[in-house]
Amino acid sequence: MTDVCFQMKGTAVTAVVMDLYNYSSGVFYEQLKQKIDTAPHFFNASPLVLNLSSYDGLLQSEHLSQVVASCRELGLQPMACKAAPEHLLGAIKKLGMACLPASNARTTKIEAEPVAQVESPRATKIITRPIRSGQQVYAEGSDLILMAAVSEGAEVLADGHIHVYGPLRGRALAGVKGDTDARIFCRQMEAELVSIAGYFILNDKLREQCWKQPAQVYLEGESIQVAAL
Amino acid sequence: MAKIIVVTSGKGGVGKTTTSAAIGTGLALRGFKTVVIDFDVGLRNLDLIMGCERRVVYDFVNVINKEANLNQALIKDKRTPGLYILPASQTRDKDALTMEGVQTVLDNLAKDFEYIICDSPAGIEQGAQMALYFADEAIVVTNPEVSSVRDSDRILGILQSKSLKAEQGGTVKEHLLLTRYNPERVAAAEMLSVADVEDILAVPLLGVIPESDAVLKASNQGAPVILDHESEAGQAYLDAVSRLLGEEVEHRFLEVQKKGFLKRLLGGKK
Repeated sequence: MTDVCFQMKGTAVTAVVMDLYNYSSGVFYEQLKQKIDTAPHFFNASPLVLNLSSYDGLLQSEHLSQVVASCRELGLQPMACKAAPEHLLGAIKKLGMACLPASNARTTKIEAEPVAQVESPRATKIITRPIRSGQQVYAEGSDLILMAAVSEGAEVLADGHIHVYGPLRGRALAGVKGDTDARIFCRQMEAELVSIAGYFILNDKLREQCWKQPAQVYLEGESIQVAAL
Repeated sequence: MAKIIVVTSGKGGVGKTTTSAAIGTGLALRGFKTVVIDFDVGLRNLDLIMGCERRVVYDFVNVINKEANLNQALIKDKRTPGLYILPASQTRDKDALTMEGVQTVLDNLAKDFEYIICDSPAGIEQGAQMALYFADEAIVVTNPEVSSVRDSDRILGILQSKSLKAEQGGTVKEHLLLTRYNPERVAAAEMLSVADVEDILAVPLLGVIPESDAVLKASNQGAPVILDHESEAGQAYLDAVSRLLGEEVEHRFLEVQKKGFLKRLLGGKK
């Protein structure tokens, strides 16, 4: 039972993305300087992601180094390259930057073959014991069924729907990976927070209707709806 | 095989040690060889409540560190036959307990005793987790107020996720003990009722101990309140011990008692 040294968390960092179209040494520096001078505070020490997906032709590794050097000189902090061609991977590593996959790669793939996204569906997660304060349950890639109470201070999450057959007093987050069709069903609505696909409402709003009653929660556009069951 | 029962709560000052002393004594009174272990290293209290503080020579930490053997550290209760106390160390802190050490001590005690009562420290940190880790059953002590109930909920979650039983895929048997219950204040809506607490925690009710001056008096005198048969608290603890042993006993002291004419005259309050 040693003390935990760290915790891993996912987070989204705000960064400036630079789409590089072409490069010639003097011109690039001048244009970048001009751009930064328009809003020096905005760009000061800003993390920068270099997007190479729109680059016209083949970027040479020494040119990439120059781009990065210019950015650093002008106060930006280049941290990663997006959609880098294979021959630059070594150079990017040498520059101490990360390689990111092209952002649109996944969307095009889904459009091309939507069936591929449907992985083998997981069995719905069923929990019979109460979820106590401080506990967290996550049904990854599936629905979540809770047969007993979800206490205040507990958190239940699912990629799909959530069903609660005891009182729901904690937090319930359905569709956490962005499924806007996910719903929450419960027999006794007393939640601290309910969320669908990242949109949420709090306890004070929930008290206005169906409080302690059977209710369902769903998303309509960008607003959370609570309705009697 | 000895049964290991942890008395825990999360929150401090709700009556864990009073309960450990009372339940331990009650089990011994019923003829079971019982030991009560004080896990609250650094804030040793059990020996005070049991009235044996002057007889502590060696303690739990000494045994774990092999500076003394179990028989040297165990204190035999002078009032109740078959009752022993393993006191905590006052000079060390909770890091002095090791999982292996605790297991060895419990294994050795299990050879001799029928019931091992672990008096947990407050909190949910290492000391409390150590006290509940090897438990077969848990008595969760709760006061009828929201923060205490919330902390009990938290400790119930830890019981069912971080105990040995839970890790092996089993469950720790849960008992709820409501202490400092005051029916008059419940009636005045100043306190949560038994039903409220049961609704939130959903744990079988082992007993309700009414708020009573007898508890304070007993603590100060170093005699577990269960020995005070006159007091409501003592009787309620006797009932709780019976329920712990699987007997069906009706809950008492839940309603506001109408004072009789004579009682009113004498101003009797027990």
